[in-house]
Amino acid sequence: MPKLTVDGIEVEVPAGATVLQACEAAGREIPRFCYHERLSIAGNCRMCLVEMEKAPKPIASCAMPAGDNMVIHTDSPTVKKAREGVMEFLLINHPLDCPICDQGGECDLQDQTMAYGRGGSRYDENKRAVKEKYMGPLIKTIMTRCIHCTRCVRFVEEVAGVPDIGAINRGENMEITALESVVDSELSGNVIDLCPVGALTSKPYAFNARPWELRKTEGIDVMDALGSNIRIDARGREVLRVMPRLNEDVNEEWISDKTRFACDGLRRQRLDRPYVRVDGRLKPASWAEAFRVIGEKVASVEPSKIGAIVGDMAALEEMTALKDLMAALGSPNIDCRADGAKLDGAHRGDYLFNATIAGIEDADAVLLVGSNPRKEAAVLNARIRKAWVQSAGALKVGVIGENADLTYPTTYLGAGPETLTELLNGSHSFCDVLKGAERPLIIIGAGALAREDGAAVHAAARRLADQIGAVSDDWNGFSVLHTAASRVGGLELGLVPGDGGQDAAAMLAGGVEVMFLLGADEVDTAGLSDAFVIYQGSHGDAGAHAADVILPGAAYAEKAGTWINTEGRIQMAEPANQTPGEAREDWKILRALSAHLEHTLPYDDISALRGRIGELIDGFEMVDLARPGTQGPVRDDAGEMSDAPFACPVTDYFMTNPIARASQTMAECSELYSVGKAGAGEATGTNG
Amino acid sequence: MSGAAGPAVEQPASFEFEPEVWAQAEKIIARYPEGRQQSAVMPLLDLAQRQHGWLPQAAIRCVAEKLGMPYIRAYEVATFYTMYNLAPVGKFHLQLCRTTPCWLRGADELRRAIKDRTGLSHAGVSDDGQFSLVEVECLGACCNAPMIQINDDFYEDLDYESCTNLLDRLAKDDVPAPGPVNGRRFSEPAEGRKTLLDRVEGAS
Amino acid sequence: MLQDKDRIFTNLYGDQPWNLADAQKRGIWDNTKALLDMGPDSIIGQIKESGLRGRGGAGFPTGLKWSFMPKESDGRPSYLVVNADESEPGTCKDREIMRNDPHRLLEGCLVAGFSMKASAAYIYIRGEFVMEARVLQAAIEEAYEAGLIGKNACGSGYDYDIVLHRGAGAYICGEETALIESLEGKKGQPRLKPPFPAAVGLYGCPSTVNNVESIAVAPEILRRGAAWFAGLGRPNNTGTKLFCVSGHVNTPCNVEEEMGIPLKELIEKHCGGVRGGWDNLLAIIPGGSSVPMLPKSVCDEVLMDFDSLKAEQSGLGTAAVIVMDKSTDIVEAIANLAHFYMHESCGQCTPCREGTGWMYRVLTRMVRGQASVGEIDQLYEVTKQVEGHTICALGDAAAWPIQGLIRHFRPEMERRILEYRKQAA
Repeated sequence: MPKLTVDGIEVEVPAGATVLQACEAAGREIPRFCYHERLSIAGNCRMCLVEMEKAPKPIASCAMPAGDNMVIHTDSPTVKKAREGVMEFLLINHPLDCPICDQGGECDLQDQTMAYGRGGSRYDENKRAVKEKYMGPLIKTIMTRCIHCTRCVRFVEEVAGVPDIGAINRGENMEITALESVVDSELSGNVIDLCPVGALTSKPYAFNARPWELRKTEGIDVMDALGSNIRIDARGREVLRVMPRLNEDVNEEWISDKTRFACDGLRRQRLDRPYVRVDGRLKPASWAEAFRVIGEKVASVEPSKIGAIVGDMAALEEMTALKDLMAALGSPNIDCRADGAKLDGAHRGDYLFNATIAGIEDADAVLLVGSNPRKEAAVLNARIRKAWVQSAGALKVGVIGENADLTYPTTYLGAGPETLTELLNGSHSFCDVLKGAERPLIIIGAGALAREDGAAVHAAARRLADQIGAVSDDWNGFSVLHTAASRVGGLELGLVPGDGGQDAAAMLAGGVEVMFLLGADEVDTAGLSDAFVIYQGSHGDAGAHAADVILPGAAYAEKAGTWINTEGRIQMAEPANQTPGEAREDWKILRALSAHLEHTLPYDDISALRGRIGELIDGFEMVDLARPGTQGPVRDDAGEMSDAPFACPVTDYFMTNPIARASQTMAECSELYSVGKAGAGEATGTNG
Repeated sequence: MSGAAGPAVEQPASFEFEPEVWAQAEKIIARYPEGRQQSAVMPLLDLAQRQHGWLPQAAIRCVAEKLGMPYIRAYEVATFYTMYNLAPVGKFHLQLCRTTPCWLRGADELRRAIKDRTGLSHAGVSDDGQFSLVEVECLGACCNAPMIQINDDFYEDLDYESCTNLLDRLAKDDVPAPGPVNGRRFSEPAEGRKTLLDRVEGAS
Repeated sequence: MLQDKDRIFTNLYGDQPWNLADAQKRGIWDNTKALLDMGPDSIIGQIKESGLRGRGGAGFPTGLKWSFMPKESDGRPSYLVVNADESEPGTCKDREIMRNDPHRLLEGCLVAGFSMKASAAYIYIRGEFVMEARVLQAAIEEAYEAGLIGKNACGSGYDYDIVLHRGAGAYICGEETALIESLEGKKGQPRLKPPFPAAVGLYGCPSTVNNVESIAVAPEILRRGAAWFAGLGRPNNTGTKLFCVSGHVNTPCNVEEEMGIPLKELIEKHCGGVRGGWDNLLAIIPGGSSVPMLPKSVCDEVLMDFDSLKAEQSGLGTAAVIVMDKSTDIVEAIANLAHFYMHESCGQCTPCREGTGWMYRVLTRMVRGQASVGEIDQLYEVTKQVEGHTICALGDAAAWPIQGLIRHFRPEMERRILEYRKQAA
C-alpha cells in the first residue's frame, strides 16, 4: 500500500495502482484520452502528464506505478504547460468541424480543450486529411478526426478478442483501419463509446440528434438473458439510440451490437391497434371489440382447453397478470418455456447462472454444455474471455456442442451427450482439468436443455458438477445460461403447467382451443390452426400472423418493467417513451381483459401489482442483487440422453426476436455477415 | 511502406512460398523460442518480397497465416517498415539517401543524375521497368557519402558523373561490384591514412 | 594520437579477411574460456572498472547496466540483445565492425551474455545492411561450427546461442524497447518504462540491450585489463572510441581514437582537415544528428568525450561528427534532419507524431525565409513542447538539433526572414 503525496494531499493506494489512480484518490482530475480502465495502458496521448519531484521530466501518470514517498504535482506550471502543449498538438491536425460532428456535445476532445487548452492555435500549416475507412454497417468513420489513442485497437484485440482493427503506417501517416472489412465482433459498437472523438461514430444514428436534445432513461436490455444495463435515448416518440450503463456485476460498460443497434426495430412493424380476424383476414378493431371477441370465445370453451405461452422478452408485471388471469379462469395450461427447455422451476439453483457473471472471473476451468455464449450472450462471452486473459492463457475452456470460434482458445470435447457420459465415467481426458480445478464452472445452455432429453442432460450435468466439486460452500459452478430475458422471471413466478396442465409443446401441438401468446414469437404456430389464438405483443411478427385477435402491447423500452436475469438478478426499468397508437402497457391490457372476463385482477396500479409479485417471488425487494439459489436433488426420473448433438438455438445472431427482425440495421448486418460473423467460419476479408 | 493507406495497385489473388524459399523460412522460424514464431514475421515478409519482387497483400496474409498471427498485425508490420515495397519496383530499385551527411556531400547531384538518366524525379518506376526510385533516410554509410542503395547493395562515394556511369551500366544489366566507386577501401580515409598501416594486406 | 598497439578494431578498414581463421590471427577467440573462467561477477567488475560507457549514444556505464540483470533466474531465461540498428545520421561505425571484424562482436556477445547469465544473444541489425548481415551470419555459422558458441561454448560448459535478426527500415528500432518490440515481430513502437528491459524485456524476460561497439570491446578489455582501458582518455570518459567523420572534410573516414581527443585534432589528423581549411568551418554536429550543433568557436577547443560535449550543451552521442563548412545552408541542413525525424517518428505518442511534422514544415519555410521573426520563438516553444513529453527519446532528438540551430544561428534565420520580406515587398 504505497503512500504518496499529491498536491500536498497524502494518499494511500493499493499496491499496483498507478499515479493517475492516486491522483484521483486525492480528488484531482487528470485529463486523458488513451487511458481506459478496462483496456491495457498505452500511454500514448500524453495528456495525463504530471510532475513528479526528482524526475527530470513530466511523467505519464496513467503508466507510472504509484510508489512510496512519491511527491506528485498536478497543478504546477510545468503540468499546465505540458497539457496545453499536448492539447495543441492534438488539435493542429484535428478538423474544426464540430458543428457537423456527431460527437459534438459528448466529445472528450471538446471538453478537455475547454478545460485545458490554450484557447487559440498557432498552427499555420495545412491540416492533414485522412481517408474514411469502411468498418461495416455499424461503425461510421471520419478518420481525419482520429487522435490515435488506439482505444479501438486495444478493445477489439483485448476485450472482443477479434483483432480486426489496427494502426497501419507510422508517424503522422499512422491510420486506424479495419482494412476495409467489417469488424467481426458482436461487441463492435463499443468502440463508438470508447472513441474519445468523432472518428468512430454510430452509422445508424448518424446526424439523428444532438445529445442535449435526448431524453435519457435507464433501462434493462431484453435481447438476451443477461439484463445488460442500458440507457435509452429518445426524442419525441422515437428511441434514437441505446447506450450501455455501467454495472460491474453484469455488463461492465459493454453492450452487444444487437442491444445497441436493434432499436430502430422499435419503430417498425409495430402493432399500434387491436385487430380481429374476420373471414380469415385481420381487421382493425377497437379494444372493446377485441375484448368482446375474446370474451365470447373464452366463455365457450372448457378452462382446460385454454392455454398461455409467454415469449422471450416479457417482464414480470405482465407475466404475473397472465398467471393470475389463467388461474382465475381455472386453466393449468401456462408455460414460460416457449422453446421447450426442460427446466421445472422447482429449485432455483437448477435454473440460475449460480456462479454469477462476475464470478466467471474466479473460475479456473470452464465447461460449456450446449451453449455458444458468443451468440447467446455476447457480453458474458467477453467475461469468459476476460477470465482467460487474466489467467494469462491458463484457463481451459472445454466445449461440448458446436465447435465455434468463441474468441478464446477452447478444447473441443465432443458434439453431444455421449461426451457428457465420457466425462461422467471418467474416460475423457478433460476430466483431469475439471477435477484439478478449484472452482470449475459448468455452463449449460439452451442447446442442451431445449430438447426432448433436456431433463436427462440437465441431470447428467448436475451429476458431473457434483463429481468434480463444482458445488461447494463457497462456490456454485453449476450455471444455466438462458437466452430469453423473461425466462428466469417466468420460472420464479411459477409459469409452468399446473397439475394436469399442458406444457408449451403440448399446447402448440393442438392441445388447446384458446391459445394466448404473450409476446411469444419464437414458437411454431403450425399446430394452432384449429385453435383460437390471441396474440398480445408489440410487433407484427410470427405470433401476430397466427392470431385471431391481436392486442397491441408495449416493447421493452415503453414499459415500467422488471426482469430477472440469468443470475437471478432483479432489475427494473423505466419507460423511455410511450407506446405507439392505441398500444398499452401489457399488464394493463391483461388487467382490462380480466375485468371484461369478469375475473378482475386485484391490482389497479403498478405498486399494487408489484406487491403481488412480492408475494410470488422470495426476495423481490432485493433489486439489483444477484440472488443465488440452491440446487434440488438430482432427478433420477429424468430418462435417458439421446445421442443427438447439441445445436445452438441462435442460428442468426441478428434475428433472434421481433424487435431485431424489424430492425433495418439488424437486417443489414444479418445479410452481410450472419454466416461469417459469430459463426465458426473465419472472416474472409472479402465480406464488405 | 510505399503508399499511405494501402497502395492502389493490382494485387495478385494468392501467394504461396516456393518450396526452397519456405525451407529457408522454416530455418528462420526455428531460430526463435517456441511460441515466439511471430518474431519471424519480418524475415518472412522479406523472403516473400524477394520471391515476388514486391510485397502483395496476399503475401502478407500468407505470412500471417503461417505464423498464426492476425492479418492486421502482419499488415501493420508491412506498412511500418520502409523496406517492404507494397507496390512493384523496378529491376534496379534506387534508394537515394537524402539525409544531411549525404546531402552535405552532394546527394542533390545524385538526384539530378538519376533524373537525367532515368527520368525519375522523386519516386516511381521508369517506363521500361528497369529503374525505380525512392528517397530514403540515412543508410548508415555517412563516411562514404553520398551514396545510393541499389537493391541490396551500397554504391558509395558517388558524384554526378560516377552516378551517371553506374546507371549507364545498370541500364545494360551490367552490375558493378558494390562499395566505394572510387577504389577506396571501405571507410578508410581516401588518402593520408595514419592508422593500422602495418595491417594493410601483404604487410602483416 | 592513439597508438596502433592500443587499437581494438585492428581490422577496421578490412585490410584482412573477416573470417574466423584471420580473426584468430588478430587475437580474437584466443582462449575465450579463460575469460569466462573469471566468472560473471569478475567480468562485470572489470568492465565497471574500465569505465566503459555505452557506445550507442546515451553513455550509460556498461558494467553497471550488466549488473542490473537478475543474479538468480526466476525461471525465465535472460537475454542479451545487441543493438546493431545503426541508423543515427552520421553514424557508420558498427557497420565496419560487423563486416570487417564480426568475430570481435560475437566473442563479445559470449562474454557479455555469460556475465549476465543470458541464454542467448539476439543481434538486431538494420535491414539495409544486407551485406553486413550476410557476413555476420556466416561468422555466426563459423563460430557454431568451431564450438565457440552453441552447446558448451568454448569448452566452458556454458550453452549460448547467437541469433541474427534483420530489421526492415525504421530508425526508431534503435530505441531499445522499440527494438525489442520489433524483434518480437511487431511494429517498432517504444514501450513505456518502467518496467525496464532488465526486468521485462525480450519475450517478457530480463534483457540487456547494448550497442555493437560496447559489446565488441569487452573481450579486449578483459584480456588487457580494466586498467589499460581506464588509462586511456579522461576520467569518466575512458578508453578508445570509433569516430565517424562525415561532411565537409577532405577525407571522411571512420577511425578509432582515444576518448577526449580534441575535435580539431581528430579532423586535422585523420580527415585531411576541413574543406577549405579550418577557418572555413561553420559548425559541427559532434555526435550524430540528435545532438545540438557546435559553432566553430566551440569546435576550436572542445574535446571529444561525454562530459566535455555535455558542458557545451551538446553530446558525444555516437561520436558521429558531421562537419559543415561555410558553404552550408545551415537552416536547410537542420530542416533536412527535421524531415528525417518526421519520417522516422513511430506515430505512437502525440507530441512526436504531431510535433515533428510541424517543426519540419515551419523550418522548411524558414529555409526560404518565409516566416515571421516571431515564429522563431514559436518554433523554439514547439521544440520545448515536444522535448521531455514523449514516450521515448526520439522527441528530444528531434527537438535538440533545432534548438541548437536557433541557439547559434538565430541571426542568420532572422536575416533570411527580413530578406524574404524585402523581396516580397
